[in-house]
Amino acid sequence: MSGGTFVGMPSFPKAAHEAVHNQTLRGNLRHATHTIRAKRANAVAEVSDWAELREAGKQIKDHTLRHLDRYLVQLEESVTAAGGTVHWAADADEANRIVTYLVKATGESEVVKVKSMATQEIGLNEALEAEGINAYETDLAELIVQLGKDRPSHILVPAIHRNRGEIRDIFAREMSEWGRPAPEGLTDTPAELAEAARVHLREKFLRAKVGVSGANFMVAETGTLVVVESEGNGRMCLTLPETLISVVGIEKIVPTWQDLEVFLQTLPRSSTAERMNPYTSTWTGTTDEDGPQTFHLVLIDNGRTDTLADEVGRQALRCIRCSACLNVCPVYERAGGHAYGSVYPGPIGAILSPQLRGTQSEIDASLPYASSLCGACYDVCPVAIDIPEVLVHLRERVVEGGVVTRDGAKVVLKPAKGHAAERAAMRAARWAFGHPGALRTGQRFASRTRRFHPRTLPGPGKAWSETRALPAVPAEPFRDWWQRTHGGKDASK
Amino acid sequence: MRVALFLTCVNDTLYPDTGRAVVKLLTRLGVDVDFPMAQTCCGQAHYNTGYRHQAEPMARHFSDVFGGYEAIVTPSGSCGAMVRELYPRMGERARAEGRGDTLAATLAPVVPKTYELTEFLVDVLGVTDVGAYYPHTVTYHPTCHGLRSLGLGDRPRRLLQSVKGLELKELPGADECCGFGGTFAVKNSDVSAAMGADKVRNAESTGADVLCAADNSCLMHIGGTMTRLRTDMRPVHIAEILASTEEETHA
Repeated sequence: MSGGTFVGMPSFPKAAHEAVHNQTLRGNLRHATHTIRAKRANAVAEVSDWAELREAGKQIKDHTLRHLDRYLVQLEESVTAAGGTVHWAADADEANRIVTYLVKATGESEVVKVKSMATQEIGLNEALEAEGINAYETDLAELIVQLGKDRPSHILVPAIHRNRGEIRDIFAREMSEWGRPAPEGLTDTPAELAEAARVHLREKFLRAKVGVSGANFMVAETGTLVVVESEGNGRMCLTLPETLISVVGIEKIVPTWQDLEVFLQTLPRSSTAERMNPYTSTWTGTTDEDGPQTFHLVLIDNGRTDTLADEVGRQALRCIRCSACLNVCPVYERAGGHAYGSVYPGPIGAILSPQLRGTQSEIDASLPYASSLCGACYDVCPVAIDIPEVLVHLRERVVEGGVVTRDGAKVVLKPAKGHAAERAAMRAARWAFGHPGALRTGQRFASRTRRFHPRTLPGPGKAWSETRALPAVPAEPFRDWWQRTHGGKDASK
Repeated sequence: MRVALFLTCVNDTLYPDTGRAVVKLLTRLGVDVDFPMAQTCCGQAHYNTGYRHQAEPMARHFSDVFGGYEAIVTPSGSCGAMVRELYPRMGERARAEGRGDTLAATLAPVVPKTYELTEFLVDVLGVTDVGAYYPHTVTYHPTCHGLRSLGLGDRPRRLLQSVKGLELKELPGADECCGFGGTFAVKNSDVSAAMGADKVRNAESTGADVLCAADNSCLMHIGGTMTRLRTDMRPVHIAEILASTEEETHA
């Protein structure tokens, strides 16, 4: 029941090529992102102090990241005091080993899951499956993705690339494989689809002895974890099983209960355009005869402290996974989530994945370029992550290499392959721009030879001239005109 | 008032008409315009593609050339944003790299004096009616860096609305990127072309004759797409509209 993996993903432009020409996908994405975009704008406009909330969220997160060591120790103490057990995982493999061990220790071979980016990031479902444990996703969209043997393509709406008809077909075909079948004659009305999922999932909730979740926030002072959701499936997973295992990235921490005030306002409005999300569940260790009697918190690093070491890139760790940046991104809208080759698609994925995973692979080296730098993502980000700034910073890392932190050690990266021609062109251009006389000679040459210029380009420019006509070079560059008409007036030449 | 025209390398080489229009417009408004011949490029293409260290000498050169002027005016929101937003950042990064304040100090003088054309007209000269005449239906595309980095707001629209004979049509999805994005258009050509085609379709739906913007790079991409899609619309830089006069049109 595993979804696809991201190993060996091609570069972003190659992966996007197919999506751009898939009209159904384009239509689904356009409709969904534009709808939520407009709703979010309204939800945010209602709040008079949005700018202050945004700044407060940024400050809280930055403060926490600056003192992450201290708050993590405090969190461990609070969780332990409340009856939970804390486990530390340096990477995905270690986290998967810990969770697998914990599930096996219960003697169970199936778990119910709350939608969680952290468990997707580490490929937990696949790791559990390899050990004979079935992990059932209970979020509606995750269920659609899982049943469809598909990969999520959006942080908040993982099945955003699917329309109702496709979902009906997946339910009708696959549900019986894993539990209660879809009802006969299922149509594609939202109410019928939701009911089919509800009945299918209810059996799983009532049977499960182990629940696996992530968390949106962890409060250091109280050891409380928080899940913010819309459907109520999360609360079922968090309260019904005997054992609860929460897998959370170390950056999800906030110092105090009071700090939640800010994020519980900004997160729902940014993500689902709701004033408040329908279900906010909080859990603190264990309580006798109420809820899970065993609680494990698995804290994962998986590239986060390396990211924290980069002073420009670390702001990506402020992300609260609202996905507002995906919904406004013109590139995401056309390329779809799968092209990003990560569980974190869209603008945030383009800066998070190459930092968490490094820029060595083809896909990770291409992600910093998967943006026109239009800045819409920065505008909507509720914790003010300057995504364009980090993209440019990561481009620098790709083309120039430099010192980065990998696994806690400083390493010197070489420039990525495949940029030699570009680098040479950039150097040549810089030389010309440093020598106004040379620039002028070049311009004049271009003007005099304009009749012989090709109307289409070879090499990297080919795709440009196929879809866009080239501008004609004018007979006279501006500076020649200026000198001809205003000659001698300018003192600085 | 003596201002320097920072025309940008793209306009100088490919769109000299825009430069001539800016000179004509500013001169008509009583501004004394200089074109420092030593100017080249602000370094944005280098910076945004990841060659920050190569962009640094270009930024220094810019400061050398333009530092002595009262104001620097450019008909490009994108290049204006490079100077205003990214030059200070280059200075900060150099400082963070332990290279001291030298770069920041070199670049500082030009940062607050650099204005995008419509910003200069409205904020510095205090005019919205520049005495232009342009008998066409026009739709306005606010380019990303002008819109978001410089926060040009409704300045270009107020200028266009004051042009005699001009009928302004609202562009659906106006604040969405056209897909140019410098080297993005080459590196991610498929996505860029799809964005451009959507922009052109939105523009066509207005029924306007002209799509106008304050950045020729975006217009090059949009105009090139218009040609391939065989639309009758024309891309025109806002400076050329604002420079047009009734006398000329009827001459």
